[in-house]
Amino acid sequence: MSLPVWLAEPGLNHFLIVSAILFSLGLLAVISRRNLILVLMGIELILNAANLNFVAFSRYGSLSLDGHMIALFVIIIAAAEAAVALAIALNIYNRFGTVDVERISELKE
Amino acid sequence: MDLFALVFYVFSILIVGSAVFMVFSKNIVHSAFALMFTLGGIAVFYALLYAGFVAVTQLLVYVGGILVLILFGVMLTTRGYFEKVKTRTVNMLPAALFSGIAGVLLIVVFVSTEWALDPLAEGEVSLTGLGALLLTEFILPFQVTGVLLLLAIIAAVLMSSRKRIPESELQNRT
Amino acid sequence: MELLQSLSLVTLFLPLAGFVLLIFFGKRLPRQGDWLATGLLSVAFLLSVFVMILRLTAPEAVLSTSWSWVQIGDLPAAGGLNIELGIRIDNLTAVMLAVVTLISLVVHLFSIGYMQGDVRYSRYFAYLGLFTFSMLGIVVTNNLLMMYMFWELVGLSSYLLIGHWYEKKSASNAAMKAFIVNRIGDAGMFIGIMILFVQFSTFSFDVIFGAVASGELPFESQSWLTAAGILIFCGAVGKSAQFPLQVWLPDAMEGPTPVSALIHAATMVAAGVFLVARMFPLLTADALLVIAWIGAGTSLLAATIAITQYDIKKVLAWSTISQLGYMVMALGVGAYAAGMMHLVTHAAFKAGLFLASGAVIYAMHAALHNQKDHQTDAQDIRNMGGLHSRMPVTYWTFLIFTLAISGIPFTSGFLSKDEILAGTLAFSTLNGHYVLPLIAFAVAGMTAFYMFRLLILTFHGKPADSDRLSMIREVPAVMMVPLMILAALSLFFFYSFNPFGASSGWLYQALEHPGSVVPDAMGPVAESVMHQAVSSVHTLVMILSIVIAVSGLAFAWLVYEKRSISADKMATAMGTLYRGSVSKWYFDEMYQAVFVNGTMALARLMNGFDHRIIDGIVNGSATVTRGVSRISGWIDHVFIDGLVNFLANITGAIGMKLRRIQTGQIQHYLVFAIFGFLVLLFVFLSI
Repeated sequence: MSLPVWLAEPGLNHFLIVSAILFSLGLLAVISRRNLILVLMGIELILNAANLNFVAFSRYGSLSLDGHMIALFVIIIAAAEAAVALAIALNIYNRFGTVDVERISELKE
Repeated sequence: MDLFALVFYVFSILIVGSAVFMVFSKNIVHSAFALMFTLGGIAVFYALLYAGFVAVTQLLVYVGGILVLILFGVMLTTRGYFEKVKTRTVNMLPAALFSGIAGVLLIVVFVSTEWALDPLAEGEVSLTGLGALLLTEFILPFQVTGVLLLLAIIAAVLMSSRKRIPESELQNRT
Repeated sequence: MELLQSLSLVTLFLPLAGFVLLIFFGKRLPRQGDWLATGLLSVAFLLSVFVMILRLTAPEAVLSTSWSWVQIGDLPAAGGLNIELGIRIDNLTAVMLAVVTLISLVVHLFSIGYMQGDVRYSRYFAYLGLFTFSMLGIVVTNNLLMMYMFWELVGLSSYLLIGHWYEKKSASNAAMKAFIVNRIGDAGMFIGIMILFVQFSTFSFDVIFGAVASGELPFESQSWLTAAGILIFCGAVGKSAQFPLQVWLPDAMEGPTPVSALIHAATMVAAGVFLVARMFPLLTADALLVIAWIGAGTSLLAATIAITQYDIKKVLAWSTISQLGYMVMALGVGAYAAGMMHLVTHAAFKAGLFLASGAVIYAMHAALHNQKDHQTDAQDIRNMGGLHSRMPVTYWTFLIFTLAISGIPFTSGFLSKDEILAGTLAFSTLNGHYVLPLIAFAVAGMTAFYMFRLLILTFHGKPADSDRLSMIREVPAVMMVPLMILAALSLFFFYSFNPFGASSGWLYQALEHPGSVVPDAMGPVAESVMHQAVSSVHTLVMILSIVIAVSGLAFAWLVYEKRSISADKMATAMGTLYRGSVSKWYFDEMYQAVFVNGTMALARLMNGFDHRIIDGIVNGSATVTRGVSRISGWIDHVFIDGLVNFLANITGAIGMKLRRIQTGQIQHYLVFAIFGFLVLLFVFLSI
């Protein structure tokens, strides 16, 4: 049994496709879920999709080791972002008693 | 089909599957655990792509750090530990359509573009090389990131401390 | 690394370890950790003595070791930068290591008694450790950059210690004054270092000296080298309180007395003299001459002020400045070994003087406390008198220190002072600067006079209050032992077995003259000629200095003990001179008037300029604008507003409709944003 080449040898495109799927799933979480924490998780998913692209290009493309470096920085900054975002979430919870983003629409008025 | 392909397919199914589970699950705790599997799978992908150090960092920071933070967030923003943690989903159909279009468009772009290929050899990635890059070419981002992390710590502590110290008490503390 | 280097490094870091431990855990340790600091320092002292013996007995051992610190660029020749840290253990360093750790150790011991019950007891010992560490750093370093860093650390720790009792306004002011005045000198020093760095792209002493010796000069001119030397000397002027930056040192007396001992004997002010000694090979003839004159001027100025002061610590402070001027002058005239030897001997007896005065103040405080007297100044010598019967140990040690600083034979001070006087006189016979030795001898006489004035007023004569005298108690043993150690070290046999000549002693031999690397450094005075001249005037100088010191002593005895010459009458006879001396020649007032008030006046002038001219212009144009705008306002109201209101109403109507889009939900906004992105992606794809 011999599989076609595009199936048997995963290359750059395969990784990119996985990352695109992850991106759209993250996007879905961000725009459709109403829980602030879940929105955050969606953002993490999007960041990971981008990171996967960086590392994939670093492996197959002409990005060389720079891709790894940027991926590392993204991970670190994501950590900082998560810390601050969760602190904000806690603050919001303390103030409004909920983390449902639909009910927190102070920005409107 | 060689081992590489096998691992790739198994883990891409794991990643995508648990991501889907994460997005659609009603229980936020389940979502968080699904996210853990996704992140772990991505770490395996990094290892497949010769990025061993990034893979380890991913495991340490994401799975070990951020996920725990998120779980804490879940615990602290729900009333009572034993209540079922359900969340609402709204406008599911238009949102799914929208992000589906976005994903398809991205895939079309990715596949149709002629990428300049310059594959990395396996031995080319070394921890020493990464370290040298970090301290030469990337020294400024490195330092700035350090400052950023410090700021994030301070900001997080400051924001999540519930009570403000009254003015009068501040003045007594000279 | 050689044994010598590793031992020196351990010596260097022991006080730092003490600092770190005490600052974090000091309050929790038993006895607040004073035993820890003192213990670490005693180990450091033993090690440094060992290092000194090793160094002096094995002169061929490796001098300096370096470690790469910052490396930018691969090729040092092609604009790359390689900054190294390193230590250099030569004879001077080895001797200074021992001196610094010894003085610091006795100060630690003394402080255990003196600072008993202080609110920040552990903090005090921590800072002592930091201070010692910084000074040791200056001593062991082999490059200018590290020297500068430790230099600033010394400044910082002196700030912390002078301001130890910062609740007192005067103490925190004094700390700030010390820091700011030092910054002035340090700025000069930094510029000097940078001149050298720009030319040689290294901070290492050895490399710079080597390059200058091979004929390379900064900007190819000897005057730049002179400028660099004088600028670096500026740092020493600040730290060693030389003219014109001498004003901070007397105010620094606000700190605890053992700290004064440390500052005056081994750490802070010695740093300046040490810096000059370190840079000695680089100094040109002109720079050396400037240094000699500044030293001489300082010593004369300070001695004249010391004569009329009544605060026991202030007298000692001015005498320190005077003696530092002596050392700087000695270095300036090329009597290198004499100057450095005076630094060492002075460290012992000046630390002793301060600790003894600390003991007196301690006893006075206790007595005043018993009398429930909170008005009388415990430091004013007019409130003392007759203390020798109550505090015999303090009295006898104080006497030895006083003899030493006055340059009476059989003391260490005589040996080193004698060499300085000989060097100065020899320099003048070769060079024609006859005022220098004149000043030097005059200062020697004045020193003997004011030191014995201090001794007699404090310990002899009629007590100011006999009740109080009866309550004075000798200090506890932990404060007495340091005094005895220092008194022993103030005698001649420790430095040279010949009481009338230091040049055969081990210390003088050890502090060998470093050859100058600058061509014709000493001007017409070559080193060998100088040496010849010194030995030819030596006997004459010795006799002269003994006569002058003894006559100063005798004069003080006549005035204050016998009272056969009235001090008040002399003061009236001197008139202006007396008033000038009492008020420290008005330097503080002058600086206040010129710099502080000058800055304020300039600021006021600018403020006035702002108020009248700038504000006038602004107001005038405002009036004109108001007239014009009144006219255009009418036009606006009728024509423009009509149009605008019309547009606004339309916009408002549209806005009311569009308002529904602004839901306040970030997710909706995000959808719009990504939608826009997708459209763009489409456009780019289809092109």
